[in-house]
Amino acid sequence: MGPLIPNEIITGDWNFVIAILIGIAFGFLLEASGFSSSRNLAGVFYGYNFVVLRVFFTAVIVAMVGLLYFDYFGWLDLSKIFILPTYLSPMILGSVIMGIGFVMGGFCPGTSFTAIAIGKMDALFFAIGLFIGIFIFGESFPLFKDYYYSGSMGNVTLTDVTGIAAPWFAFGFTVIALAAFWVSAEIEKKVRKNTKEYKF
Amino acid sequence: MNKHKINEKPHYLNPYFGGVLLGLLVVVTFYITGRGLGASGSVKSTVVTTVNAIAPQHAENNPYFSKYIPKDKSPMNNWLVYESFGILIGGLLSGVIYGRIKKFRIEHGKHTTSSKRLIFAVLGGALFGFGSQFGRGCTSGAALVGSASFSFGGVIVMLGIFGTGYAVAYFFRKLWI
Repeated sequence: MGPLIPNEIITGDWNFVIAILIGIAFGFLLEASGFSSSRNLAGVFYGYNFVVLRVFFTAVIVAMVGLLYFDYFGWLDLSKIFILPTYLSPMILGSVIMGIGFVMGGFCPGTSFTAIAIGKMDALFFAIGLFIGIFIFGESFPLFKDYYYSGSMGNVTLTDVTGIAAPWFAFGFTVIALAAFWVSAEIEKKVRKNTKEYKF
Repeated sequence: MNKHKINEKPHYLNPYFGGVLLGLLVVVTFYITGRGLGASGSVKSTVVTTVNAIAPQHAENNPYFSKYIPKDKSPMNNWLVYESFGILIGGLLSGVIYGRIKKFRIEHGKHTTSSKRLIFAVLGGALFGFGSQFGRGCTSGAALVGSASFSFGGVIVMLGIFGTGYAVAYFFRKLWI
């Protein structure tokens, strides 16, 4: 029963081999989906290309439903998987800063790695920016250390916060995603009518 | 730079098919390792390693960097660093298969220049890197994997990144359209 490594069904020695293999699959899917192009990615904010929305939301709902099935069949103990902890206020601020960075830089960290792999200089500069940003964060950390740890709620799930069972969230996200797929396809059609060329 | 007419788009996976495979990869990753994918964490390890190599005492005294310096091994000896190395290989592999590996090039919108694109790429990257530390992860580790595993914070980060993106897109439109 999973998770295999924490339950010592696969020994920890394999951890880094598995990390590379999983990374290869991740990088391949990002690149093959068109995420190695900043213009493809930025399209989600301007309506000319919603590939980000399609891939991202499909992945979220498939993973949500998949995790629930794995739990239901007894293959994966969901109480043993890592749940990202919540620090409410710092995470809201962080995501706002990341949103601005996304529109300015045209990449997020993972997608920039795949774009570097196929020779995009803009992605390399974005990655250098990541390095600088994290360095500045670390150097100035003493200034906002208390804020960084504020709003701690622990490793809480949507169910812990709202009391609503996880399958309802999976269902809700699926309905929202399907509606978003339909609406975004209509918007894309209208916007693309005025687009004569698309430079990659 | 090649100009493609809109009907000569480069060959990509169908986005829904790509999304299904990516979702399954998240599930398989949890099944094997009990944790999720990530990307910004490897850059953090690189920063910590660099600071630790140049000024070990300074890194040791810094309350943030020191959290990520293991006693008995290099900060680079980290799951996310290996995984990110895999992301590069995977991107390369897909680029070879679909014929997208070309000489170094800068991609930018019609109404902007290459140098402006690079300046904004560095600035955007710096903001993304800075923000990902407060966010406890980026689009991969927090927004995608966090949301998929029903983490409250993960959903917050997902809504925050995309919501802010739409809110500020107007001001940066000249970069892209």
